[in-house]
Amino acid sequence: MAEGGYFREVAHRVFAAEFNESTLQARDGEDQYAPQYLLTPTGAKCNRVFVMGTLTEKEDVGTDAQFWRGRIVDPTGAFTVYAGQYQPEAAAVLAKTVPPEFIAVVGKPSTYETKEGHIVTSIRPEYIQVVDADTRDRWVVDAAKLTFARLDKLRGAEPDAVKAREFYSTNEAQYRDMVVQALESLRAQ
Amino acid sequence: MKEIATQIEARFAEMGVKVEIKDIETRLNRLINEFKVPAEEARRNVINYFLKEYDIPRTEFYTPRETHLVKASDINEDGRWITLRAKVVQLWESNHESISQVGLLGDESGTIKFTKWAKAELPDVVEGNCYLFKNITTSEYQGQFSVKFNKTSEILPIDEDIDVGSIPVEFRGAIVDIQNGSGLIKRCPECNRALVKGACGEHGKVDGVYDLRVKAVMDNGEKVQDILLNREMTETFIGLTLDEAKDMATEALDQAVVCDLIKNKLIGRYFIASGAKVDRFILVESIKKDEEPVVEEINMLLAHTAPVSQEA
Repeated sequence: MAEGGYFREVAHRVFAAEFNESTLQARDGEDQYAPQYLLTPTGAKCNRVFVMGTLTEKEDVGTDAQFWRGRIVDPTGAFTVYAGQYQPEAAAVLAKTVPPEFIAVVGKPSTYETKEGHIVTSIRPEYIQVVDADTRDRWVVDAAKLTFARLDKLRGAEPDAVKAREFYSTNEAQYRDMVVQALESLRAQ
Repeated sequence: MKEIATQIEARFAEMGVKVEIKDIETRLNRLINEFKVPAEEARRNVINYFLKEYDIPRTEFYTPRETHLVKASDINEDGRWITLRAKVVQLWESNHESISQVGLLGDESGTIKFTKWAKAELPDVVEGNCYLFKNITTSEYQGQFSVKFNKTSEILPIDEDIDVGSIPVEFRGAIVDIQNGSGLIKRCPECNRALVKGACGEHGKVDGVYDLRVKAVMDNGEKVQDILLNREMTETFIGLTLDEAKDMATEALDQAVVCDLIKNKLIGRYFIASGAKVDRFILVESIKKDEEPVVEEINMLLAHTAPVSQEA
């Protein structure tokens, strides 16, 4: 599957607060098979994300088959992940993990519009793994570094940055502050 | 046509002459589309026209320039004219009649794919021999670089042996995927290919030989890197020998348990891997958990934005 036109998407590191603010879906081209992206306020064009946090709650919300919902908390907020029969490995991990536990998620962003017109973001996991505290801290630093890098480019001319800036009118200081607080939370330990 | 025009423009630019690309295109277009002149002939005609126009001697234009000698690993730009001193590491089967030879070249820095066009009418190279490849071009396709030999290229055999790819590359990031064909696999006893559902792509149903390997994807948030661990690396890194893996699989009546174990140990964790880069893979020679302290990086990141955070 790796031959020819196949191109693996980078897994973006995005904090929960930023991820949950993301509402702009985009597709490269008209083709129904063109990859779908979620553009975040700092200009991460995500077809795949890599996030970590503490699994604080989980619930089987499925009616017939198992369908697990998990809440994963990072220093800035909480991600929601949904894993059902099409994500058997991830669903199995959610099923057997007892919160609280540090977990890592590789997955695809997905959005859903409520009746009131709110856009709710979640992650459809490719993998969920239980990790240790050191790995989770390393991710916070990783996500901080990459979010800063995006913020540094936000005023530039790259198409993703321009689009994010125009659509969200991103408050740069607010996001810098979010990152600083996430880093400070590590230092306080 | 656009390509020919850009080439002509670039060549003239190298000689210090600025030719409007629009002029080139107009002339090419007229010849090719209106007067049905073949592209090669049209190119010749247009070049000759501008040579006359700017009073450049033909010999000067067509004399091959001395191209720079570069290392395989330094090739990172499309459309460069270069010279490469390299060994023919592998010859692959050409799958098109326009390609006379295709394969892998290597020098001390690494390896790179090459394509020798049939039209170039160059002598064939021999696997394992070393050559000086003069006046070849670089090309890029989806982030992968290769070199192409054309009519103006020269292939000069050299009488020495080049040690291929001894400079390892390092990649730091998280493992985000373990690909199919990882864990306990069977290989064809004839050609060593990994079997798919007990069959070899070349030799059909065969009695496979067990092997252990990991095909993983690393990702640092900006770039993706495929890595490959052979049996020895997998055994030490995962802490599981081939025999133990076989026992595990027998007990579970399922080969996939080995792959699951590997996934559980690696996915979502940070690693530093290094090894020779071949095609899109790093053939891992050393890999370890990334345990460098993060404190310094935290301080550096905070210092970087200190003024902004105070404002906010």
